[in-house]
Amino acid sequence: MNQFPWLTLIGALPAVGALVLWLLPASVAGRAKQIALGFSLVTLLLTVLAALQYQPSSTERFQLVEQHQWIPQFGVSYALGVDGIALVLILMSVILVPICLLAAWRDLPADQVGREPHYFALMLSLETFMVGVFAATDVFLFYVFFEAMLIPVYFLIGQFGGARRQYAAMKFLLFSLAGGLIMLAAVIALYTQGPGGTDGFLVSKLTGLAMPQSTERLIFLGFFLAFAVKAPMVPVHTWLPDAATESRPATATLLVGVFDKVGTYGMIRFCLELFPGASQWATPVVIVLAVVSIIYGALLAIGQTDIMRLIAFTSISHFGFIVLGIFAVTTTSWAGSSLYMLNHGFSTAGLFLFAGMLISRKRSKRIPDFGGWQRIVPGLAGIWLVAGLSSLALPGLGSFISEFLVLAGTFQRYQVLTVIATSGIILAALYILLMYQRMMTGPKPEDAVGTPDLSLREKWVAIPLIALFLVLGFYPKPVMDVINPTVKTILTSVNISDPAPAAGTVEGSSK
Amino acid sequence: MTALLTAPAAFTTATIDYVALLPLFVVFGGALLGVLVEAFVPRSSRFQAQVALTVVVLVAALVAVAVGAVNHRGVTAGTAGADGILRGAVVIDGPSLFIQSIILVFALLAVFTYAERLGGVGSDTFTPMGAAVPGSAGEAEALRAGAMTAEVFPLLLFSVAGMMLFPSAGDLLTMFVALEVLSLPLYIMCGLSRRRRLLSQEASLKYFLLGAFSSAFFLFGAALLYGYAGSVYLPAIAAAIASPVSGLGGLLVPGILLIAVGLLFKVGAVPFHMWTPDVYQGAPTPVTGFMAAGTKAAAFGAILRFFYVGVDQAVWDWRPVLMVVAALTMVVGAVLSVTQTDMKRLLAYSSIAHAGFVLLGVTAVSREGVSGTLFYVLAYGLTSLAAFGIIALVRENGSEATHLSQWAGLGKRHPWTAGVYAFLLLAFAGIPLTSGFTAKFAVFAPMLALHTAGSTALVVLALLCSAITVFVYARIIVLMYFTEPTHDDVAVVDASGGTIATIAVGSVLTLVLGVAPAFVLNLAAQASQFVR
Repeated sequence: MNQFPWLTLIGALPAVGALVLWLLPASVAGRAKQIALGFSLVTLLLTVLAALQYQPSSTERFQLVEQHQWIPQFGVSYALGVDGIALVLILMSVILVPICLLAAWRDLPADQVGREPHYFALMLSLETFMVGVFAATDVFLFYVFFEAMLIPVYFLIGQFGGARRQYAAMKFLLFSLAGGLIMLAAVIALYTQGPGGTDGFLVSKLTGLAMPQSTERLIFLGFFLAFAVKAPMVPVHTWLPDAATESRPATATLLVGVFDKVGTYGMIRFCLELFPGASQWATPVVIVLAVVSIIYGALLAIGQTDIMRLIAFTSISHFGFIVLGIFAVTTTSWAGSSLYMLNHGFSTAGLFLFAGMLISRKRSKRIPDFGGWQRIVPGLAGIWLVAGLSSLALPGLGSFISEFLVLAGTFQRYQVLTVIATSGIILAALYILLMYQRMMTGPKPEDAVGTPDLSLREKWVAIPLIALFLVLGFYPKPVMDVINPTVKTILTSVNISDPAPAAGTVEGSSK
Repeated sequence: MTALLTAPAAFTTATIDYVALLPLFVVFGGALLGVLVEAFVPRSSRFQAQVALTVVVLVAALVAVAVGAVNHRGVTAGTAGADGILRGAVVIDGPSLFIQSIILVFALLAVFTYAERLGGVGSDTFTPMGAAVPGSAGEAEALRAGAMTAEVFPLLLFSVAGMMLFPSAGDLLTMFVALEVLSLPLYIMCGLSRRRRLLSQEASLKYFLLGAFSSAFFLFGAALLYGYAGSVYLPAIAAAIASPVSGLGGLLVPGILLIAVGLLFKVGAVPFHMWTPDVYQGAPTPVTGFMAAGTKAAAFGAILRFFYVGVDQAVWDWRPVLMVVAALTMVVGAVLSVTQTDMKRLLAYSSIAHAGFVLLGVTAVSREGVSGTLFYVLAYGLTSLAAFGIIALVRENGSEATHLSQWAGLGKRHPWTAGVYAFLLLAFAGIPLTSGFTAKFAVFAPMLALHTAGSTALVVLALLCSAITVFVYARIIVLMYFTEPTHDDVAVVDASGGTIATIAVGSVLTLVLGVAPAFVLNLAAQASQFVR
């Protein structure tokens, strides 16, 4: 069962990198970013190698499996493994980290070079927890990573963020922890319902339990609340705009692009797979909230004057789509939601990181402070537009396919809600294009003349992202081939089949 | 009359297992030896002699526990009655051995913080002349004469001996004696602070008065239970509850509750917590650390023994009460810690909240509950010792900087100290990969396993209270890391290797118990069976 420990290696390497940075002598503090980038690139390479070992056609629920006893008294194992969805999300995380490191290259002014090792070490330690949280196949281990990853984010916001960073960091921590602690009660309660024993926390041991209906619903709620806070759903989304606007663009990318995905990933892995009955019971409320998130997030995005807040609200809208697809529970909508998690990671990265480049030039986050900038920095304006178009799901760019799949899959079950949700696409065009118009078009701003266009480093941030937009937009088949078998396996195991296509009844047919 | 005239039946001598009692003898003997050292060793070498003696005694006692007593479990210092009930004054079984050893470890760590001199002649923490009026001429004279308070070391040993006896007591009178032996030296030590003498003496007096008051409750409860059962031995009380005598039933519940008051006072459970913040703040910081760690461990051991061995048949009478107390303790401790502005007071309220969490393990009434409680007091004690060790080192112009505002920006100037302290706070908060998380899990899980509405509600309440305390600890981290320094004179003083070792051991074990707790959990599980 235990083969080469790929996942442990991928998770441990950034942690080693973080330790190296923290112990770095002050005299070489200036080299911290190179070391961090090196570690993250090697991690990426290892992940690609590991992904090549993955066989989509296999009937095994999890692959690249590792399992050891950790705390047998509690029934806890150190158990890792990936299915298609987890693998894709781990890949997304390890691709985003080096891009973010590169984007954060000059985040700290030259006189604060001494703080750089700490800054980059925090990002690397976050990478460790992100890999762990997606790879854990033990509920307890998942919870440990789930909570532990709050700490580096907390320090990234609180120590390196903007003017109101203390407030934002505290709000972020309290929201996440409150959700997480309620989930802890559910985690323990789930164990007491299971078979117990020294490995009783394994997901495989806890799947398909027969438990009293009310108990199942309560435990489901414990999990769902934590995930709803994390994948910010209306009405527990309020921490995200504050956290996003007060953090550095690279931090915001990891926060919204990866960290929040744990919420939607958890909904698939834990809510629906472990509690199918309770999930069905909660579905009406959840999908209504999801649609509310889509519309509400989009409307608020239109009204924002702060670029970072605007992007945060677009994400709330997009997370609404993902949750909608998950709780519609059809093969198509799940494939769409899984793919959306990936695409959203990259397009949000594009928005946040390119916005960071704009903000560092103008030294302002306010949209009205810009205007006419495409005349000064045409290159930057170009990639900014591409990222925006990817976010509004332009055909040919990544998000389009996933958004389409979500809506097509959801329509099979909930026609009216799907129609309402579709209006989110129109609103998306509004918030993106209005923002572009206000920032980039108009008369040439005389005070900003001479602002440099994209540097070589920034080009290296933009190229991989735009390449990913295009590849995922035109040829998502390799990713779909990995995701689809997993989706089918899960749906079969929870015994939900797609609704039969509603073939229009032919008039006069025999009854 | 005739009964009085007949000669008593053949006198049976009590059988005593000296090996099982050896650790207690070693510590008591060491304490008495310390008194002699205080009297006869010249002043110049007295301090070193006391420290050396204390360390040797504690290590010897630890060896005695590990090597000798482990194989000599059972009821000792008593006789078997005709009814087959063992009436022994001391019981050496899993829980008492576990708690005895962790108290010895706590004491060993605490000695080094007691002995911190910061380059002076005597201990830096303790006043050279406890009897002198603060600021008086007498005090100055004592200082000039080179007086120093080396008697804290024998006092510490006496207190340790009481703490070791407390959870091992097989009858209510031994338990009471142990309670007093552990408390009286603590009352004295609390009043011996070198700085802020008045606050320290006030703390001492408050602790003494309230402690004496609660002891009286305990004694009265013991008298009622004696009236009920006709015996002070815990197994005999249990037997009496199993086959009750009619007409005496009214004594049982008041007796249990009164004893509970005395025991809950020691752990600082609400509504018997009033002393905690004042005493934690006023006492010399190393004493606070030792008290937080040791007293809690000993008192929870005694609580477990009394409720599980003595009155477990009456569980339906006392469990609801303890559940209410646990709920109150968690809520009051967590909520009031939010408003604190003094670091030591803040940790005092947090210790109250922690006592509430531990009570969940107690009220689970299962072996898992016992092992969870044992693990929790160990984890909490180690973290507390390290945390108070650090508090003692953060100084402004020589005196401890305990006001929260003085900690602002500490992370910038002393990254290591602040980093370790932040880690300890995360452990108090129960963040995964620290001992605090494992410990919380260990007490919450047996409670949830009861599958009753009340137990589930209590666990959810505990988690909400955890969220509140997280806010408190996160605020300190904000203060240390995200705030600009306001007090430029605040600095971490250079400590001796001993203090550093205490902080290091406490912090490393806090991490180990979070990352790889299997070994210690296993020990706690093996130690969770009481001998009746």
